Amino acid sequence: MSNAAPRLVLLLLALVPVGFLGLFFAWPVVSIVGIGLGGSGVTEVLTSGDTWRLVAFTLGQAAAATLVAVLMGMPLAYVMARCKLPGVGLVRTLILVPFVLPTVVVGLAFRSLLPDGGVLSIVLANAFFNVAVVARTVGGLWAHTDRRAEEAARSLGASRWRAFTSVVLPAIAPAVGSAAAVVFLFCATSFGVVLMLGGARYRTLETEIYLRTVDLFDLPGAAALSILQVVAVIAVLLVGAFARRRRETALKLRGRTETAKRPVGAEWIIVGAALLVVIALLVPIVGLITRSLTTMDGWRALAGTGDEGTLEVPAWQAASNSIRAATDATILAMLLGVTAAVVLSQLRRGRAVLGETLDLALMLPLGVSAVTVGFGYLVTLGDLPFDLRTSPLLVPFAQALVITPLIVRTVLPVLRAIDERLRQAAGTLGAGPFRVWREVDLALAWRSLIAAAGFGYVVALGEFGATSFLARPDAPTLPVAIARLISRPGELNNEMAYAACVVLMLVTVVAVVAIERLTPAVGEF
Amino acid sequence: MTRTARLAALALAATTLAGCSLVGGGEQASSGHTVTLVTHDSWAVDKALWADFQKTSGITVKVSTNGDAGALTNKLVLTKANPIGDIAYGVDSTFASRALSGGVFAPYSSPDAGKGPQRYQIDDSHRLTAVDVGDVCLNVDTGWYAQHNLPAPSGYADLVDPRYKGQTVVEDPSTSSPGLAFLLGTVKQFGADKWPDFWTKLKANDVKVDAGWDEAYTQDFSGSSGKGPRPVVVSYASSPADEIGDDGKPRTKAVLNTCYRQVEYAGVLDGAKNPDDARKVLDFLISQKFQEQVPGSMYVYPSREGVALPDAWKTAAPLPDAPAQLPADQVDANREKWVQQCRTLLQG
Repeated sequence: MSNAAPRLVLLLLALVPVGFLGLFFAWPVVSIVGIGLGGSGVTEVLTSGDTWRLVAFTLGQAAAATLVAVLMGMPLAYVMARCKLPGVGLVRTLILVPFVLPTVVVGLAFRSLLPDGGVLSIVLANAFFNVAVVARTVGGLWAHTDRRAEEAARSLGASRWRAFTSVVLPAIAPAVGSAAAVVFLFCATSFGVVLMLGGARYRTLETEIYLRTVDLFDLPGAAALSILQVVAVIAVLLVGAFARRRRETALKLRGRTETAKRPVGAEWIIVGAALLVVIALLVPIVGLITRSLTTMDGWRALAGTGDEGTLEVPAWQAASNSIRAATDATILAMLLGVTAAVVLSQLRRGRAVLGETLDLALMLPLGVSAVTVGFGYLVTLGDLPFDLRTSPLLVPFAQALVITPLIVRTVLPVLRAIDERLRQAAGTLGAGPFRVWREVDLALAWRSLIAAAGFGYVVALGEFGATSFLARPDAPTLPVAIARLISRPGELNNEMAYAACVVLMLVTVVAVVAIERLTPAVGEF
Repeated sequence: MTRTARLAALALAATTLAGCSLVGGGEQASSGHTVTLVTHDSWAVDKALWADFQKTSGITVKVSTNGDAGALTNKLVLTKANPIGDIAYGVDSTFASRALSGGVFAPYSSPDAGKGPQRYQIDDSHRLTAVDVGDVCLNVDTGWYAQHNLPAPSGYADLVDPRYKGQTVVEDPSTSSPGLAFLLGTVKQFGADKWPDFWTKLKANDVKVDAGWDEAYTQDFSGSSGKGPRPVVVSYASSPADEIGDDGKPRTKAVLNTCYRQVEYAGVLDGAKNPDDARKVLDFLISQKFQEQVPGSMYVYPSREGVALPDAWKTAAPLPDAPAQLPADQVDANREKWVQQCRTLLQG
């Protein structure tokens, strides 16, 4: 009895994320790719040398950007997890700002910083967006790992580096792997940045799929490339999953208060490195703020709808749309993501294959082109009893699809790190499965749940690819409104766009602070 | 205990926010008179006029935007069996053939279609009605040329003249619709065999190719707010109307013999759920009132005759009188080939 009930519950729980993914991801993608495969020209695309150069460039630039993001994110993660310093809370919040900036704005900023950028500027811009993923994901687990193990290593004579590589790194490796996988997917499918900074010279699978679907209407070619994209993404994820599985171990999780200390000696070097990263992240942001402040006209115009009504609604209303859609998306994604994470953490023993498959499936939405999903919606969702294709509800749904994997990635490492013996002990003492979950899992992981929600919320706020595809003109989100303002001639529209960017940053900062204030244990510094 | 309280507060705050979005953003209960207008991202309309139309006609119009003209057309073709709306606006002359041969539109001849739109008629069975006209032309920064004591370029030939080396920025025809229009203009000008020669020389004269209009116009062009380094850009005939200096004079001008015309059409969708009201919406799109606000809100010229342009447009952005245009079926048959050819040429 004690075994049958949880297994059934687990199965039912698993149906929630699987059902959502099936309906809003797998069915549309399979349908649109199927239509393409019915046409001619698939084999030509697959056998062309250009296609394989495209695959190589896509994966290469994503790997490079991931490496840069990890290298930049690690010192930040360390400072956020281990250091008791004034301003750490501010840094925690500030590094999220790049994530919400519309790609068109970041693209323009990098174009002016590196006019002849090419590959370098693509890699840096992609890394710029994703440093926060590494810092927050790794920092989250790092803060909860027991500091005493590494202190013991040090007192036994290990060098700082040795203590890091043989004690700390194995403990945080699952989070590093998780973060790297997410960042890799974001970079491999990044669209606006590559288009704008790559110009006519550099293309990726993502921009090529877009081009073939939207401009050339070459669905067979797009289908062939989509399949390649999915295969490449699965291959990379499998490598990541394999590396992760060997490393994941139960850790003694601790509260941050116990592990954060004032840095001493050589630790200040890492703090310095983190500071440099923060400064590097701030350069484009400060540039943007300065630009928005060169004249007050844009700010004054924000109350209205732009030059001759470029926007259908005032910017404040776009901000409110953003906040509401992101709230819906976050709630939905928390529901899906936490359910999935709970199922995955339980499935580990004995059902590794099933667990890994579900784990992988949950990540796929990040690795498939938004345009493939969007066109897939057109040919499938019309068959549902309610035609969702032009419904405003699709915006939070699509955003939830993007942020659910992030939530799984943040919560799962923590859930898996919980010592199984704690659960067993609780069970032995007479607690039912739900009580065990509440008293053990929730008690240890609830901070990372809040952090995941906050992070997901920010990603939803900034989500542009799918949102711009689905948002109706009378209900634009802020990033959509900004892109629209920039795409119009006239100085006022431009000034408004920059002012709106600053508003978007403020909304982000306020949202993050509000979420973390409600739970002071996360923000205590 | 406090943890539970905090979680509860968070949940409460979240539900409140979510609640207002699900209610406020949802479908309003409406009478049977609802029309879904499917259009492109550049859609904009005078709000008071639009509200007034819906009030007097009793029709609720839901607007759904769908990317650029190409994306819009492709979506319509894909969803032909189960259309995503009742009326579509924004399929342009470059993509019209694809939509017509895909059988997306149903015939309808609006009573006002003879008052100007017929000049741009593309289909004998009246499935598409011209709503507006937009021309893509080279724009030059006149102030820059005055400062540098150089006559501003006056046609295609000047772009490959060494005197104008490194001064031009264009958009990639494969990723930008003005870029595509500019390419088609050069095809019309030099012929289907000779246009690659022009582009080869253009490349040799250090042309800059950007992915989109945004970065070309707002960042690389010297005549816009971005004050970039290049005084020649591919943009619209109407763009100078938005670059009026403090002295009331335009800072830029369109080179009128380099213009390529794009006509935007509207049509009732075949299989529309509410075709009767969709026709009324189409009538409204070519009505005097709607046409008068077309320049101000969408930066294009009205298709209807006898509609006055805004004052700034009369001086800074008159409608080009002899723009180039290629037959729609020729564009449809060759678009992909030309774009591919141009991409290879620019990359090589």
